[in-house]
Amino acid sequence: MPKNDVLCGEFFINGDTACAEGAISAGCRFFAGYPITPATEVAERMSERLPQVGGVFIQMEDEIASMNAVLGASWAGVKAMTSTSGPGFSLMMENIGLGVMLETPCVVANIQRAGPSTGLPTLVAQGDMMQARWGSHGHYEIIALVPDSPQEMFDLTILAFNLSEQYRVPVLLMADESVGHMSEKVVIPEISQKELVNRPRPKVAPEKYLPYDSKKGLVTPMAVAGEGYRFHVTGLTHDDRGYPTMTAEAQDKLIRRLVDKIRLNTKDIMKYEEVEVDDAEIIVVSYGISARIARYAVQKAREEGIKAGLLRLITVWPFADDRIGELASGAKAFIVPEINYGQIVREVERCVAGKAKVRLVPHMGGGVHLPETVLKAIREEAR
Amino acid sequence: MVTIEANPLDCYLRVDRIPHIWCAGCGIGPATGCFVRAIDRADLNPDRVSVVSGIGCSGRVAGYIKLDSFHTTHGRALPFATGLKLANPELTVAVFSGDGDIVAIGGNHLIHSARRNIDMTIICINNFNYGMTGGQMGPTTPLDARSTTSPYGNYEYPFNLPYLVAASGATYVARWTVLHLRELERSIAEALVKPGFSFIEVLSPCPTVYGRLNKQPRGLDEMHNYQERSVIRDGADPRDVELSMNGPIIVGKFVDIERPTLWDCYRQVLKRAGKHKKK
Repeated sequence: MPKNDVLCGEFFINGDTACAEGAISAGCRFFAGYPITPATEVAERMSERLPQVGGVFIQMEDEIASMNAVLGASWAGVKAMTSTSGPGFSLMMENIGLGVMLETPCVVANIQRAGPSTGLPTLVAQGDMMQARWGSHGHYEIIALVPDSPQEMFDLTILAFNLSEQYRVPVLLMADESVGHMSEKVVIPEISQKELVNRPRPKVAPEKYLPYDSKKGLVTPMAVAGEGYRFHVTGLTHDDRGYPTMTAEAQDKLIRRLVDKIRLNTKDIMKYEEVEVDDAEIIVVSYGISARIARYAVQKAREEGIKAGLLRLITVWPFADDRIGELASGAKAFIVPEINYGQIVREVERCVAGKAKVRLVPHMGGGVHLPETVLKAIREEAR
Repeated sequence: MVTIEANPLDCYLRVDRIPHIWCAGCGIGPATGCFVRAIDRADLNPDRVSVVSGIGCSGRVAGYIKLDSFHTTHGRALPFATGLKLANPELTVAVFSGDGDIVAIGGNHLIHSARRNIDMTIICINNFNYGMTGGQMGPTTPLDARSTTSPYGNYEYPFNLPYLVAASGATYVARWTVLHLRELERSIAEALVKPGFSFIEVLSPCPTVYGRLNKQPRGLDEMHNYQERSVIRDGADPRDVELSMNGPIIVGKFVDIERPTLWDCYRQVLKRAGKHKKK
């Protein structure tokens, strides 16, 4: 294994390690984190690898500090990330909101375990999907990606950094314990600089620079500390200068832009995989580890002559409203297996809007669905 | 016609944001003045100085200083500044915030930042209460002092901040009041260029709430109080500088020692890992 540089080649590694390598390939050179099962391997790998590539690894006193250190590093111009699981993700929420408000590119990997509270620290769940969407206070829009394999832990970590730089927003990698701890072949290609996105940068003199110049579009150019721009940023509602402005008008203008920069670019951000959905009457909508089981169930159903298909969500936030809406007119039923008691199923119901039946196949966590459970639901809805 | 000439220190201030939000008699303004004079005095390149604040009256300082300035969340200025400094060790990083912010909600970050001896300067305004939310008690409120959440007198022991940060590993520790403007300015200038974790506690009047509730309703009352009760004792043992309602106020520079900084130590890690960070 080449020690000092970005890796390249084929490796048999777990998802957490692949996430760390994806970050290094994406140009991440700062990691702040706190040990937590089942995300610890990301931090361990980063503590080994970042010093090799001249980056900074720091273990902070808690997840609140970790999230803040990541924001600080990003404002010093370095691509930065943290990784955690449920309890730590809860602690990060306030400052993910600060990241949204300051428009700070960064990546947060949540290797989900079963909750609430300490729950099942070593066992899988997908119970933080709505927390990813709404966990910080106030109204905002966020990007969340869900990998279903160690390979995607690598690929989507790079995509997460690219999207966070492009849209100046924290991007959440919503993995789960199974994918994080699963070891598989991961192909690390040679990544050219052209494939990596960097935040928009100011092109004006410091005295003309406005940190949130809305005339420049929905995503505004970002100066970083130490360059002479002498900018101010605040978690308070602010105007284009970054100055606190305590009015409903300023709030209206700011929140619309923060939301619209994601919402109006949903098409560009959206990624999903479709398996035999074109003629499908029964569409299974799933993500992460659950989608791997759903894929097998769909294949078995096809062998039985049932017109089943799989829509695997890769981008979960923003949600695939348009595609599910389109599929709803031709489908009889949607089946949503997820390792919680019904989160993404609510979004599917909203998009299907009564045009087809929507059925949740829940698992409370601590394990994954049996393929037969999903297959049984497909058979029942196909009748 | 009255001509108002620009102050030579205006270049450090966002004059377009003045008037500031602080009450008449508040000490945060004078302390901010000391801070910008100290930057000037330390002869730092202002383009390379960042100021990070948390939340509260003192948290507003970042918003008035014309440097790269960050107004973060409550209690989190220190970890934010930690990321900023580690990602670009060439920056001079100062945290300017209040006692509630740095010591109460952010207390864990305070002791850990001092333990790491990260190279930054902390200016902690201590006005003995939460001013912005209307005068509640906190971990610096003296025993028996009144506040809106200790209407019968505070029944908790306060922190002795210099002792806390010195024990945690800070390499520069001082305390002044806003009566000691020259000493404070000199102290901040010294701390800004000293490598390692520097902590300066600045006692400040809060006439609007803390003062009003404790028989010192004018800023000047508290200033008289500082004049009468303060004793300059450089090199005093931090254990002996506890504050109380009526006891002496020991001020001065208590700690000024050398210890490798966090970045000095991390440089060794980079070396061991086989590669230096590119400049």
